[in-house]
Amino acid sequence: MSIKLGVPSKGRLMEKTFDWFAARGVRLSRTGSEREYAGAVDGVEGVSLVLLSASEIPRELARGRIHLGVTGSDLVRETLVQWDQTVEELAELGFGHADLVVAVPQAWVDVDTLDDLDAVAAAFRARHGQRLRIATKYHRLVRDYLRRGGVADYRLVDSQGATEGTIANLTAEAIADITSTGETLRANHLKVLDEEPVLRSQATLFRARGAGRSDAERDALQRLVEMLDL
Amino acid sequence: MSQAAARALSAVLVARFEEAGAVPVDCAVLQSAETLLDLYGEDIRARAYVTQDPARGELMLRPDFTVPVVERHTREGAEPARYCYAGEVFRRQEEHPDRASEYVQAGYEVFDGSEPEAADAEVFARFATLLADYPVRAATGDIGILTAAVGGLRISERRRAALLRHIWRPRRFRALIDRFAGRAPVPPTRAALLASTDPMAVAAPLIGMRGEDEIRARIVALHEDAAEPPLSAEEVTHLEALLKVSETCPFALERLRDLAIDLPALGPAVERFARRCEALAARGVDVEALDFETSYGRTSMEYYDGFVFGFAAPGRPDLPPVATGGRYDALTARLGGGASIPAVGGVIRPDLLIALGDAA
Repeated sequence: MSIKLGVPSKGRLMEKTFDWFAARGVRLSRTGSEREYAGAVDGVEGVSLVLLSASEIPRELARGRIHLGVTGSDLVRETLVQWDQTVEELAELGFGHADLVVAVPQAWVDVDTLDDLDAVAAAFRARHGQRLRIATKYHRLVRDYLRRGGVADYRLVDSQGATEGTIANLTAEAIADITSTGETLRANHLKVLDEEPVLRSQATLFRARGAGRSDAERDALQRLVEMLDL
Repeated sequence: MSQAAARALSAVLVARFEEAGAVPVDCAVLQSAETLLDLYGEDIRARAYVTQDPARGELMLRPDFTVPVVERHTREGAEPARYCYAGEVFRRQEEHPDRASEYVQAGYEVFDGSEPEAADAEVFARFATLLADYPVRAATGDIGILTAAVGGLRISERRRAALLRHIWRPRRFRALIDRFAGRAPVPPTRAALLASTDPMAVAAPLIGMRGEDEIRARIVALHEDAAEPPLSAEEVTHLEALLKVSETCPFALERLRDLAIDLPALGPAVERFARRCEALAARGVDVEALDFETSYGRTSMEYYDGFVFGFAAPGRPDLPPVATGGRYDALTARLGGGASIPAVGGVIRPDLLIALGDAA
């Protein structure tokens, strides 16, 4: 019985993950055709590779269907209830950096802090008869952040893509989204609030607390952890 | 512990409420999400189940009975009225997955404006009687006392409104007090904005629904706020002392009367508290031993704006309170389109009573 390692199935995240493991003597590779999500592991016994969409990895970890998984910490925290009881962070991999931030139009010269956002939300509701809309796909993280920041009179509207465009399209007044350089935000005439971000995310190796624990699995995990020097 | 046992116990509780003259009411499980979101804000989504109806839009599985009971009363009720009910409520438990997400509540609500303190006492005494055989301890508070204190502070109406808006968010309230008292540093971005001769000069185009006039209006407001003298250290000290009051009722009353000398706006609220104590004693409640805290209920009971109470099992911090309640005149005003109906009530959780009984 081998242990399963889940890795993002495409793009830079996959390549960087492969590089990170290779630097530690574990060679991961895709096998078969470009379209086939199969992989191989060399350099350590008893580990098999599963290629998955980065957004599916948190749930697969939670179900214990994979023992280890690489994905963004933002996805784990948004998707899993009590994430730290479900998975353990083994290592931050040092790439895939992105912050989840709240952004407002640059022209809102009077808004830089959560305190400002709250005051504007109250005034906006009084003026427009509706709560200030914040577009995001990270509902739980953002709601929790705004609650801790004492912001009221807002509402979250769901946006699964092109979130930066929602303000110009009049479907939101502010947004909360992932950004790495802030370039897309600036191009859309938005600015990030002068506050700690909702979350600083990066690619992270997680261990599923609920995955199989046979002797063989335990040994394989132990070997891999030693190889990776964790 | 079975849901059936909780239902059976809730039927017993409802029968007792009916003996007291309450009319049993039934409420729909599916409630308008819009109404609840307007009242509680986006936070309710973290605590309630939202579902979608093709014709009615967003609906919520009822997180409590208060809102539908108030709606029913505004629609068809005549005062004075007493209602009772029992049934499941549904709460998401993101923070505590071990807690029940579906449980029975048995409740009692009184709509009677003739003598509010007597109605407060009636509800509390009824709950105390029903819970007399369980190992629980009562705690009480009064949100109206803090509201009255804020009402009397020597600050602009804008600052007062900001404080009142955050009465139920103690941390934010605290931050506002610190800022108004000049104890918190002005953020550099704010200082720069206030110093700017042409604050609207920014290269980016204005996008979105919030208009330029709204931004200008806020800048004017910020200048006015910056020019306002700070909230006096004396008033802050009195407010802090007020928030720390935590005694048995007679000592709390004495303490509050002392504070009312420095904060005269407290006077009427403190006398309401005194009348409530008398009404409680007249109902046979041991007021001498009853706990009172000014801050009680500020974090978890957001629609209560007067008397608040809870019954919890000492030594069982794992269990939520077995009963909670209070006065919610402001809620009825918001649901009733401005017309406030004096209302006080509470709920009991039979499942927790059974859990306590099993443990005993």
